[in-house]
Amino acid sequence: MLTVEKVKKSFDGFLAINGVSLTVEKGELCSIIGPNGAGKTTLFNLITGHLPVDEGRLIFKGTDITRMPPYRICRLGIGRSFQRTNIFPRLTVFENIQSAVLAHRGESLNFFKAVGPLFWEETNLILEMVGLKEYGNAVSGSLSYGFQKQLELGIALATEPELLLLDEPTAGMSAKETHHTIELIGRIARDKGLTLLFTEHDMEVVFSISERIMVLHQGQVIAEGSPEEIRKNSDVHKVYLGEVR
Amino acid sequence: MSLPDPSFLLIQSLNGLTYAMFLFLIASGLSLIFGVLRILNFAHGSLYMLGAYFTQQFVSLFIDAPGHFWWAVILASLTVALIGVVIERFFLRHLYTREELYQLLFTYALVLILSDFAKIIWGTGQFSVSRPAILKGAVSILDQYFPKYNIVIILLGPCIAFTFWFIILRTRWGRKIRAAALDREMLGSLGVNVSRLFTVVFFIGAWMAGLGGALVSPVSAIVPGMDVEIIINAFIVVVIGGLGSFWGTFLGSLIVGQVYALGILAFPKLSLAFIYVLMALVLILRPWGLLGRRLQR
Amino acid sequence: MSKENWFLIPFILLILLIPVSGSRFYVFLGTDILIFGLFAVSLNLLLGYTGLVSFGQAAYFGIGAYTCALLMKKASIVFPVAFVASAVFGAIAALIIGFFCVRLTKIYFAMLTLAFSQIVWAIAFKWNSLTGGDNGIIGVSFPQYLDSPTRFYYFTLGVVVCSFYILRKLINSPFGRMLTTIRENPERTEFIGINVRQFQLIAFMISGFFSAIAGALFGIFNHSIFPDFIFWTQSAEVLIMTLLGGMYSFFGPVVGAAVLLYLRMQVTSYTQYWPLILGTILTLLLFFFPGGIVGFLKSRLIFAKGSEDVNR
Repeated sequence: MLTVEKVKKSFDGFLAINGVSLTVEKGELCSIIGPNGAGKTTLFNLITGHLPVDEGRLIFKGTDITRMPPYRICRLGIGRSFQRTNIFPRLTVFENIQSAVLAHRGESLNFFKAVGPLFWEETNLILEMVGLKEYGNAVSGSLSYGFQKQLELGIALATEPELLLLDEPTAGMSAKETHHTIELIGRIARDKGLTLLFTEHDMEVVFSISERIMVLHQGQVIAEGSPEEIRKNSDVHKVYLGEVR
Repeated sequence: MSLPDPSFLLIQSLNGLTYAMFLFLIASGLSLIFGVLRILNFAHGSLYMLGAYFTQQFVSLFIDAPGHFWWAVILASLTVALIGVVIERFFLRHLYTREELYQLLFTYALVLILSDFAKIIWGTGQFSVSRPAILKGAVSILDQYFPKYNIVIILLGPCIAFTFWFIILRTRWGRKIRAAALDREMLGSLGVNVSRLFTVVFFIGAWMAGLGGALVSPVSAIVPGMDVEIIINAFIVVVIGGLGSFWGTFLGSLIVGQVYALGILAFPKLSLAFIYVLMALVLILRPWGLLGRRLQR
Repeated sequence: MSKENWFLIPFILLILLIPVSGSRFYVFLGTDILIFGLFAVSLNLLLGYTGLVSFGQAAYFGIGAYTCALLMKKASIVFPVAFVASAVFGAIAALIIGFFCVRLTKIYFAMLTLAFSQIVWAIAFKWNSLTGGDNGIIGVSFPQYLDSPTRFYYFTLGVVVCSFYILRKLINSPFGRMLTTIRENPERTEFIGINVRQFQLIAFMISGFFSAIAGALFGIFNHSIFPDFIFWTQSAEVLIMTLLGGMYSFFGPVVGAAVLLYLRMQVTSYTQYWPLILGTILTLLLFFFPGGIVGFLKSRLIFAKGSEDVNR
C-alpha cells in the first residue's frame, strides 16, 4: 500500500532521514519506534507532503506521491493525526468533524447551502465512534488534552482514509487513557479495515497492537520484524538501553 | 536622451549612499526588534523623527556651548532610547501573548499618537539644524561639491555597522540576543531573564533610530511626515535585505539608497512605483530577502 | 442568533427613515457609513473569517472608484454597466494580486499586499492622462436616475443590503466554513483535503469584488476621486474600523465604521488632532477590548443573561 524508497532529508546540513526504505501492506498494523530525534515525525511529514523530499520516492497505492501537495495526498486516502493536537480550537467538536466530512464529500466549494445541518448523521457517527457524542456542542479548544486527542482521531477518520498515520497517539496520556485510546484505535482499524502506521514511545502500546515493528535510529531503519523478533533484537536493545518498559 | 554628466551622477550616487546610511540606522533597529521580539515596529520612524526634533531642541538649548551639536545628538538619541524603553516596558510587553496583528496595530497607534505629539509640542513648521562648525563646507569631487558632513556620515555608517555586528557576534549579550531570536522559550528555561533582554533590545533599536534622526537633522528638513516617509522605506530595506538579517539590512539600505538617488534620473515617471515593485519582486521570488534565512514552509 | 435579529429592528427602521428626517447631514453620514460598512465587511471576510491580514484593501476600493468614474466620464458608459464593470475589475485585480500573495504567510503576506497596493497607488498618482494624477478626477456627478442625495442614499442602501445578504450566505455556507477552518488551523485544513491557497484566493477575489463596489459608490458619493483613496493609510483606517467594531462578528465592522466616521466628524470639528484621538482609541481597543465593540457587548449580554451560549 505504501512504499518508501531510499528517502533522504536534511535540514541546514543536518541529515535527518538518511536513506529510509520501508513498505506497509494493506490491512497491516505497523508501528515505527525509535529514540527521540530518530526522525519519526519528520518521516511522517515527508509521507504526507508537509516537507519536501531531498532524494528518494514515496509511492501510495501505485501512485507516486513524492511531489504531491498535502491536500492531494489526503484525497488519495491517507489520513493523519498530529503529535501536537491540531484541531480547530474555536469551532465546536461537532463542527470540527463536520468540516472534515464536508471537505471529504466534496462539498467544500458549495457557496449557497446553509452549513449547519449538512452531514448531520455522518458527523454524529464519527463522534460516537471516537466517544465524543456528548461533547458535540463544546468548544473544542476548551476540552481536556485527552479529549482533544480523540477529536484529532475523529478528524482524521472523517476523511475516510485507507492508510492512517498516527503520530504518537497516546503522548501525554495516563495509563488508563492510553489503554482506552489503543483499544479504540484497534477496534476502529479492524472494523474499517484500515491500514495503520503509527509512531509511539510507549512500548506496551507498541507491542500489544502492532503486527510489525520498524525501528528508526538517527534517520535509518535499523531493524524490522514482528514484535517477538524486535524484542530479541540486540541492536534494538543497544539503542534503547534503559527505555524498554 | 543625453547621458548626464558623470560627476553629477557621482554626486547623486553619493547622496544615495548618505541616505542609505540613515536608512541603515533605522532599518537595523527595526530588523533587530523584529528578529528578537517578532514585532514589526511601525513606530520606528516616529522614534527617528523624535530624534531629529529633540536634537533641534537641544541644539537651541546649548547653542553657546562648544560641541553643542554632538552633545545634542547624544542626548537626543538617549532620550529616544528611554522613550523606547517606556513603550516596551509599559505597553508592548502586555501584548506579547496576543496575535501579531494586535502588536502591529499598536505600533501604528503609536505612530498616530507620537506624530500628533510632535505637532503639539513643536508645531507644524519646518525646522533645521546647522551643521557642526568643523563639518561645515564642502569638498570638491571632480568638478562638483559634496558636503563634508555627508562624507562623515558615509564613513560613520559602516563603522557603526561593524561595531554593532561585533557586539552581536562576540559579546555575551550579543549571544543572548541571537539565542533569543532563535528560541526565546529555551533561553528562558536556561535562566536568562528574557523580558529584560527584550527591553535591552528595544533600547538598542530605539537608540539607533534616535541616532539616525539626530544625525539627519542638519541634512534633511525636520518636519511632520518624516516619520511615515522613512518607515516605509525602512520596511522596503528589511524586506529586500531579509527580515532579521544584519548584513541584509546593510545591503538593502545601499540598494534602496541608490534606487532613490539614481532611479529618479533614469525613470522619472516610474520612480515612485519602482521601489514598491522591487519590494514586491523580492517577496514573490525570494521572500526571505537577499541574505535572510530560507523559509521552510 | 435570533437575539441579534431583534436588536437590529430599531436600527433597520432608523436606517430606512433617515432621509425622511429631512436632514441632509444625516443622509450624508448614513451614505458614508453604509459605504464604509460594506468596505469593512468585505475586508473582514479576509481578516475575521479567513485569518488573512491584508494591508492593501484600499487598492480595490480605489480601483472600483476610478473604474466606475472613468468609464462613465471618458467612455460614456451608462452607470449600471460601469458599476458592474468596476466590481468585476476589482475582482480581477484581486485575482492577479492575490495569486502572488496567498503563496506567502502572515507578515510576508501582509507586506506583499501592502507593496501591491502602493504600486496601484503609484500608478494612479503618476498616470496623469488616465487618472488625472495628483489632481484626481473631479466633477463626478450622480448618475441619471439617482440625481439627489436621498435617491443615492436609497440606492446605496439597496446595494449594500444585497451585498450583505450575499456575503452572509457565503459565510454560512460550506465554503465559509472552510474559510474559518483555514483561519483556525491552515495546516490541519490542508490535511482534510482542502487546497488552502485556492480557497484563500477565492476569498481574496470576493473581498476585492465587494471592496470595489464600495469604492465605486464612494467615488460618486464624493463627486471626486483622488489617489489618496488607495494610499496605505486608507487600508489602515478600514482595518481599524473592522477591529473597532469586532472582527469575529458579521456586522461588527459596520458598527466600527459607524462609530469611527461619526467620531471623526465630531472630533475634527473641534480639533485638528484627530490622529491622536484615533491612536488613543486604537490603543484602548487593543489592550482592553480585543473583541471590539460587538465582542464587548456580546460578552456583557452573556454575563447578564448567564446564558451558556458560546461566544465564538
